[in-house]
Amino acid sequence: MQFFFEVLIGGLLSGIMYSLVALGFVLIFKASGVLNFAQGAMVYFAALSVVGCMEKGAPLWLALILAFAIMTLLGIATEKFVLRKMVNQTPIALFMATIGLSFFIEGLAPMLWGNEVRPLDIGIVDEPIPYILDSYNMVVSSFDLFAAGVAVALVAGLALFFQYTRVGRALRAVADDHQAALSIGIPLQHIWALVWAVAGFVALVAGMLWGSRNGVQYALTFTALKALPVLILGGFTSVPGAIVGGLIIGASEKLAEIYIPPVLAEVFGGNFGGIENWFPYVLALLFLLVRPEGLFGERHIDRV
Amino acid sequence: MIAGLKKLVVASSIAAALLAGATSTAQAAEEQFFMLPSYRVGPYGANGQSWYGGFIDYLNYVNMKGGIDGVQATWEECETEYNNAKGVECYERMKSKAQKAPGPIHVMSTGISYALVDKVAADKLPLAMMGYGLTSAVDGSVFPWSFPLVTTYQMQASAIVKFLKDKNGGSLAGKKIVFLYHDSAYGKEPILALEAESRLNKYTLVQIPVAHPGNEQGAQWQRIRQEQPDYVIMWGWGVMNMTALKTAQKMGFPREKMIGSWWAGSEEDTVPAGDAAKGYMSATWNVAGKGVPLIADIEKTVYGAGKGNLKDTSKIGTILYNRGVSAAVLSVEAIRAAQAKYGKAKAMGPEQVRWGLENLNLTEARLKALGATGLLPEVKTSCDNHEGSGKVKMQQWDGAKWVPLTDWIEGNKALIHPLFKADAAKYAKEKGITPRDCSKEK
Repeated sequence: MQFFFEVLIGGLLSGIMYSLVALGFVLIFKASGVLNFAQGAMVYFAALSVVGCMEKGAPLWLALILAFAIMTLLGIATEKFVLRKMVNQTPIALFMATIGLSFFIEGLAPMLWGNEVRPLDIGIVDEPIPYILDSYNMVVSSFDLFAAGVAVALVAGLALFFQYTRVGRALRAVADDHQAALSIGIPLQHIWALVWAVAGFVALVAGMLWGSRNGVQYALTFTALKALPVLILGGFTSVPGAIVGGLIIGASEKLAEIYIPPVLAEVFGGNFGGIENWFPYVLALLFLLVRPEGLFGERHIDRV
Repeated sequence: MIAGLKKLVVASSIAAALLAGATSTAQAAEEQFFMLPSYRVGPYGANGQSWYGGFIDYLNYVNMKGGIDGVQATWEECETEYNNAKGVECYERMKSKAQKAPGPIHVMSTGISYALVDKVAADKLPLAMMGYGLTSAVDGSVFPWSFPLVTTYQMQASAIVKFLKDKNGGSLAGKKIVFLYHDSAYGKEPILALEAESRLNKYTLVQIPVAHPGNEQGAQWQRIRQEQPDYVIMWGWGVMNMTALKTAQKMGFPREKMIGSWWAGSEEDTVPAGDAAKGYMSATWNVAGKGVPLIADIEKTVYGAGKGNLKDTSKIGTILYNRGVSAAVLSVEAIRAAQAKYGKAKAMGPEQVRWGLENLNLTEARLKALGATGLLPEVKTSCDNHEGSGKVKMQQWDGAKWVPLTDWIEGNKALIHPLFKADAAKYAKEKGITPRDCSKEK
């Protein structure tokens, strides 16, 4: 039982890392109704920009500011050269545009900063906390707890931003209906540029944590694949949903990876594994059948 | 009308003269063309940069020293992104160019080489798989065009077991070893050998796959923590390696009990992992550093002349760079071997290069003459042994560099080579191939 809880807690903490990436998707979807396929590439680009600036001699704090400025510029450029031309286009057209954007960023990032694998040290040790290990024989690292704290702070900040600020309300209005928002004087272009910049900031935070754990490299783009089932479960428009979805996906995939292979091996023989890669998608698929809008997503009703 | 005809005749004459000139130039300069389906971008781009950088630097070095007995090496890269479909596409695009005088083809991917084994046999082009690829191709009677040179995954796995056995006073009985592997063709290759070794040496083998790309291994390492193994043998690649090292640190598993394959033992794996990599061991079939005279001379000669392939010169002397150089050394030596038989100062055709690869004899004396003593083991190939060595060294990351721990270690040939033979025979049966009689090959 103790091992079960250890896997469960480990999964919940991994899920938090997925939530950080999923948050970026949610922000853009809330503001523009677009599933931003480029979010994984943005995580990669943001982290690469930080280490790139540090290699040029900038200290970490300055590199973070510079990387945020770069991500803001990227957001503004995306609005100006991609989204502005596509106002009122179908969601699938906007989605396809973000696929193109994803490939563009994946090519641009190594061109600017090189494609070497770089370490990123943010000063948080990723080792078991001795007290928890000694008292409960469980491995929980200080890095995991730090990531959880960052995620909670981000969610709280973004929830307050959307709920209580003028810009946040404007964002929600734009998400509801582009044309209606325009007709009451909400500057669509500014709002989109802003939300892409905020998504860039979230990508920067996710990139720092993932990059610090696994090194800054192209594989950071794959983090997006972990975020998609999180979105389906939590809902595409819910910031808290991204966190809850992450927790469910993280915990269930780890438990599945540990407990399903021995059963399959017993029934079919052979060696099974890698279940955690597809299990979240199966779970998301089942969830779609029951609650297509996700746990916290807005139920879509068309009046006929 | 007449003026127009005159112009046409003059233009045609000039074109014909230019074409004739071009042809005579091509005939004058003998060239050996190396097809390089490489990868410099994508998830494994950093590894490809170093390897292909080393390979091309050596070809440039040879050209600057007068070529392969006067024959200039030429090459063309095609980006595969380590993707099988793109690898095959690159091969199909370049194969016509390689028909006349090919260098051995290097794809640096087990998946791509799997996809090409049948194709190269049909097209009669030599495929080199140095330290990767289809291990049963050691049996040249079934695979005349494929060469898993130097050593294979299975011999490497066997050598690792031998090393661990020696570390444990000559016995692994009762020990538990976890095999943590990339869930791909590459990762699965050594399983057969590790299972055979576990039966022979009476250790418990626990196999734990990691799905591509391997950037999240929490569950796998929790299972390792539960199993409490004596050692973890890791067959990783790219991000999987540093994630494993970092997660091992997080789980409190000692890195001194982790030993990786040669694709999990480069600076690209350990430097980004920082302190988490200290004490970690790996196998290797080439050494790192600029202490080898050949590597130092390449830097001086090629980079001194501004012809170096790498922008980031700090990669010179790294494990993967030196491995690329080693692969190029073997390729060039195979062509030299062919020239010794079929004619000096001539570009070699596909069958001649194949013969050269099958009759390589890279002795200590030759390695010394090349300035490559200690860079790689001696290699002697034959029709029934396309591997030619089967030896590896063990090395350990001291926090800043790879330090060799052992001399060249050979795996259990008597146990492993029959596995290749059996697998090759099965393959021949499936494909309807009649194996060559190696006793008649010279």
